[in-house]
Amino acid sequence: MNYHEAFFKYLLILGDTSLILAQRLSEWTGHGPFLEEDLALTNIALDTLGHANVLLEYAGKVENKGRDQDKLAFFRNGREYFNVKLVELPNGDYANTMVRQLFVDAFRYHYFNALCGCKDETLSGLAQKAVKEIKYHYRHSSWWIKRFGDGTEESHQRTQNALNNLWRFTGELFMPDESEKIMEEEKIAPSLSQIQYIWNEDIQSLLKEANLTIPKDVYMQSGGKQGVHTEYLDYILAEMQSLPRMYPDAKW
Amino acid sequence: MQNGNSVDKNFVLSLLNSIPDPEIPVVSIVELGMIKDIIIKDNKVLVQIMPTYTACPATWQIQNDIEKKLKENNINAQVEIVYSPAWTTDRISETALKKLSEYGIAPPQNKISLKELQDGEYTITCPRCNSNEVTLISPYGSTPCKALMRCNTCKETFDYFKCHI
Repeated sequence: MNYHEAFFKYLLILGDTSLILAQRLSEWTGHGPFLEEDLALTNIALDTLGHANVLLEYAGKVENKGRDQDKLAFFRNGREYFNVKLVELPNGDYANTMVRQLFVDAFRYHYFNALCGCKDETLSGLAQKAVKEIKYHYRHSSWWIKRFGDGTEESHQRTQNALNNLWRFTGELFMPDESEKIMEEEKIAPSLSQIQYIWNEDIQSLLKEANLTIPKDVYMQSGGKQGVHTEYLDYILAEMQSLPRMYPDAKW
Repeated sequence: MQNGNSVDKNFVLSLLNSIPDPEIPVVSIVELGMIKDIIIKDNKVLVQIMPTYTACPATWQIQNDIEKKLKENNINAQVEIVYSPAWTTDRISETALKKLSEYGIAPPQNKISLKELQDGEYTITCPRCNSNEVTLISPYGSTPCKALMRCNTCKETFDYFKCHI
C-alpha cells in the first residue's frame, strides 16, 4: 500500500464510520422517547453526517478518479465500506443507542482533538470545527449514561445489558489498519494507542460513577476496517442506496 | 463590472451584508461573522465563508445566495467553504447580538458551556420579558446552534443561541 492509497483508505475509514453512524442515528427521527430527545439525536445525526460529507468529499479528491462524496456514499458495496462494526449495529433500545454513542463520542472527541494538530490542513480544519460539536454530543451521551446507570432498577439493567452486548466491539476502534499505521508514520493520523489510553480512563471513571460494570475477558471483534462486516451493514446500505441506484442522475 | 475593471472589496462586502442568514433572517451573514475573507485577484472574486456548523444545511443556501447576489451586480464570484480557523459565536457582531434578542432569540452569553447549561449554572435573559428566571428544556433546539428554554416569569418558551467557543 503506497502513501496515496493509504491516505484514501484512511479517509474512508473516518468518513464511513461517520456516515453509517449518522444513518443509524437518523432512524430515531420521529421515534425518540420524547420530543426533545428526538430533536437531540436528529441534531447529532446531522452533525455526524456533516463530518462524513467533508471526509468523503476529501477522500474523492485524494483518490482523483472523479468520485464525489455522493458517488462514494451511494455506489460502493458493503465490502468496500471500512467503518468500524460498532456503528453498524442495530439501535436496540435507547440505553443501547446511548451506550454505543458514549463509546463513539469519547473516541471521536479525543481523536478529533488530536487531529487538530495534524499537518494536513483540510483534516486539521475539519477537526477544529468538529471537535466543538462532538464535545456537545459527548456531554449529552455521558449525561444519559449516568442517569440510566444510576436510575431505576430497569434503566440500570438495560444499560448494563447494552454494555455487555457492545463492549466486544470497542476494541476495533483502537486496532490500526495498515492505512492508519502508514498515516501515523506520516504524522497525519494520531496514535491510536494514545487515544485508547485516554478513552479507557474516561470510560472507566464514567461507568464507575454510573454504577456500571465493564465485562471481563471479552474477545474483541474486528474486520470492519478491512471491509468484513456484520450482517447488518448490507441492510443499511440497501435502504440508503436504493434511490440513487435506481435513479442515478436524480436531483432534488 | 463596476468601475471598468477593478472590483472594490468594500463594495463586495456591502453586497454580502445585504444577504440574510436563511435561518435567522434578521441578521446578515456578515454580522454573523461567517465571512472569513474576500480575495480579489485579476478581477476574480473569491469569497471564503466559515460555516457555523459542519452540517449546517444553510451553508449551501448561503453559497448560492452569494453567487446570485454578486452575479446580479456583474461580479463573477467563487465561494469557498473553509473550516479553519473554526467559526465561533465570538464572531457575531454586537449589533447582531442585539437584533437576535429583538427577534426573540437569546444571544450567546458569558461563554456558558453545555455542562453549565445542564447543571443550571447560567444566567440567560428571556428575550421577551428580560427575566433571568429561565429553565433549560432541551440542549438541542430547532436548529443545531440553538437550545430550547422556558421563561419562568412570562412562561413563554424561547430559543437560546448556544455558545460555540
